[in-house]
Amino acid sequence: MNIADAGITAIFGYVVVFSGLLILMIVISSMGGYFKSKEKAVTETVEPVQKKTSPNKIPKLKKVNKPVARGSAGHVKLYDVPDKEAAMIMAIVADTMQKPINELHFISIREVK
Amino acid sequence: MDILETLKTLIADSGFAGFFVEEGYKNLIMILISFLLLYLGIVKKFEPLLLVGIAFGCLLVNVSNFFSGGVSSPDALYHPELWDAFLDHNSEFYHSYGNIMANGGLLDILYIGVKSGLYPSLIFLGVGAMTDFGPLLSNPKSLLLGAAAQMGVFLAFFGAVCLGFTGREAASIGIIGGADGPTAIFLTTRLAPHLLGPIAIAAYSYMALIPMIQPPLMKLLTTEKERQVVMEQNRTVSKTEKIIFPILVAVFVILLLPSTAPLVGCLMLGNLWKECGVTERLSDTVQNALMNIVTVFLGISVGATTVASRFLSLETLKIVCLGLIAFCFSTVGGLLVGKLMYKLSGGKINPLIGSAGVSAVPMAARVSQIEGQKANPKNFLLMHAMGPNVAGVIGSAIAAGFLLAVFK
Repeated sequence: MNIADAGITAIFGYVVVFSGLLILMIVISSMGGYFKSKEKAVTETVEPVQKKTSPNKIPKLKKVNKPVARGSAGHVKLYDVPDKEAAMIMAIVADTMQKPINELHFISIREVK
Repeated sequence: MDILETLKTLIADSGFAGFFVEEGYKNLIMILISFLLLYLGIVKKFEPLLLVGIAFGCLLVNVSNFFSGGVSSPDALYHPELWDAFLDHNSEFYHSYGNIMANGGLLDILYIGVKSGLYPSLIFLGVGAMTDFGPLLSNPKSLLLGAAAQMGVFLAFFGAVCLGFTGREAASIGIIGGADGPTAIFLTTRLAPHLLGPIAIAAYSYMALIPMIQPPLMKLLTTEKERQVVMEQNRTVSKTEKIIFPILVAVFVILLLPSTAPLVGCLMLGNLWKECGVTERLSDTVQNALMNIVTVFLGISVGATTVASRFLSLETLKIVCLGLIAFCFSTVGGLLVGKLMYKLSGGKINPLIGSAGVSAVPMAARVSQIEGQKANPKNFLLMHAMGPNVAGVIGSAIAAGFLLAVFK
């Protein structure tokens, strides 16, 4: 290989590496942009709910006049949690604590987003 | 039994007698060099995981192999002439691993993993599983610094051609500037296997010397004000992005340069195992057990290529000098683009992170952090420098892929 060819190969090689990584940068930036916008959209939806259900600002539970089931320890307030899931969570907690479920008093169950 | 005759035969066959036959004194020099490398690895802690193995391989091959008439000693652990026949198109043993297995020594058999490109690729698997590409994903501009820091590769390539090396040899020498040991070994075994010993030793030695090579250049090319810049915290990268990234890079880079497939493919597979969250056992194995096993084999078999009669030559000196030039210019390339980014961003980017574009992970990023903190104790550049640092790994693989595609 002569010197002129080596010079051309070196410059061309450097350009190829630069171009390859430049295109990769554009692809990654686009991907990052998409995820950022997605994340932003999720944050915007979650924020109002979080404001309502923030652990520091749990709304005071109004006294409910519904009759309490026999053997139950009281009412539970559910935030964005279906009844079936709430029942399962309470069962798991009771099982983990090795306590009868009717001796436990769940105040509220909230989905953490 | 003639005791005297037996004693004479034992002395004549011993390695001590070998020092006085033909170029036996060269073995003695190589043994001293291996002691120096052992000292640097053990006492100075220069890349000890590989350097100690390489140094001991060098020691083993030079105490066991005394050439006589171009033929290795019968009990040699490594036989260069077998590998010459392996690479000779006219030889009956061209590309015959069977000949190596049948007639080779222990180190010949271990060297098969180097020659086939197996060890460097497996090392990349482990590197991928240990690398967090998060800093790169949060700041994709880092890729440009990783690209800029490949300048030394191509300058050293050009310099090597000017010094009389062939294109294939020059490409193997240039890749030292990528500051990536496995990539240098991978490319050299394919293009110029006879230069593997000096190139591997130069690459790993300079990688270990990064804390001494880079700081003077960083101070020379940046102002105090530039070094003091405190960069904003990067955004948090989601898990999904981290999972998509290795798949995306593998597809894109391998389609661009198919010759990078073994390196980039393994690097990204290792990273996918780390990030996907469902293959923790595999990720743990490649990061630790597999990485350690391959490092053992790679170090010792690379060291085995430092056979005295071939290593001690003017070519080796030229390679060592060109390797240093390659490292320096790679650092300069990264710093210059770092300075450009500093100007274009209105002073928000610290140019010191540019020098981390050479892919010695995480040593180069640590150097950026240290120099940044010297200028401003409140400066934390490590995570910002990790972006260009891991970009350098991809950049050097692309540079190797390009050189392989041109000279294959």
